[in-house]
Amino acid sequence: MSEAGKRTVGQAGTLESNDVMITVSPGEEGSGISIELTSIVKEQYGDAIQKTVQDVVGEEKCRDIYITVVDRGALDCTIRARLLTALLRAGVVQKKEVI
Amino acid sequence: MNLRRTMLFIPGNNPGMLQNGGVFGADSVILDLEDAVAPQEKDAARLLVAQALQTVDYGTSERVVRINPLDTFGAEDIQMIVPCQPDVLLVPKVEGVQDIEKVTALVAQAETAGQKPVQLIALLETAKGIALAYEIAQSKGRLTALALGAEDYTAGLGATRTKEGKEIFTARSLVINAAAAAGIQSLDTPFTDANDEAGLYQDTLTGKELGFKGKLAINPRQIDVIHGVFNPTPAVIEWAEEVVHAIRKAESEGSGVASLHGKMVDAPIVARAEYILKLARRLGLEVMQ
Repeated sequence: MSEAGKRTVGQAGTLESNDVMITVSPGEEGSGISIELTSIVKEQYGDAIQKTVQDVVGEEKCRDIYITVVDRGALDCTIRARLLTALLRAGVVQKKEVI
Repeated sequence: MNLRRTMLFIPGNNPGMLQNGGVFGADSVILDLEDAVAPQEKDAARLLVAQALQTVDYGTSERVVRINPLDTFGAEDIQMIVPCQPDVLLVPKVEGVQDIEKVTALVAQAETAGQKPVQLIALLETAKGIALAYEIAQSKGRLTALALGAEDYTAGLGATRTKEGKEIFTARSLVINAAAAAGIQSLDTPFTDANDEAGLYQDTLTGKELGFKGKLAINPRQIDVIHGVFNPTPAVIEWAEEVVHAIRKAESEGSGVASLHGKMVDAPIVARAEYILKLARRLGLEVMQ
């Protein structure tokens, strides 16, 4: 994880069908992980989307971030890619940590 | 050698198209990180293509990724994409053997233990690349084909790009000849008007008659037309069967040359006939012998 001082707001994805727009905002030390989800398929897949986001955040050992997810029916692999991009752009993870 | 009648471009930052790329029946899909992706979205597309390679089922389609040139984002593309096990990297704007050598070194560095070696296709789309086509084609190891990119090439020449393609006749011939001399495939430039089916048919036919083994495609609608040109017709298959039958009969009688409908059948004719029958069998078309 990068220094908290270098962290910023990172956004990735679009609002087109099959995509997802994810915004990552660094939080205060100790604020934990917060996820706000809006999805056209929230009723059916809301839990699965939340789990994917939590899995990636866990794999990347992220702390203290606020994540906004606006889903337009994205597959799991798209959610992972967009979240990783947003985390990188936010400076929450470094390039070498992401495959 | 892999069948590459059609190689379909899919924009690398479009999740909907990436996840459906395998349903169109193209021989290869090209997940594009270069021209289809804006500079500020290169990082996002790279991650999206990496994820797609690991999870999306592209069926029987060969998985190709067009990386960016090494002087822009190419090295980063290779580092992230190669471990995700693409079959081939399409290398743009190749202008010399050293370009292929540099990519080869980076690919070797990025491959994981036990991974199937990633092959390379060189996209020749500059005057220099076309001029050095044979030298490039002789790159040892991973290079499996040369492809022509006529839009950039003609723009660089200052030539007018026409549907008839007379301005790219020389480039086409040089690419085909260079690839054939080096024993690798040659692949034709895409036809960029997705709404002109007749134009696509004629352009594909021109390329096939010159010697190309396949064609790049920019729209799924183009696949059937291109396959229709490259697939052997029943009449051609029948001719190939007759040739093979005639030469076998001649060989059994102690001669290496046969005659069919008054025309001589010798080794090059037999080689062409055998290629047609091999292709037909591979495509599941009806072959008697």
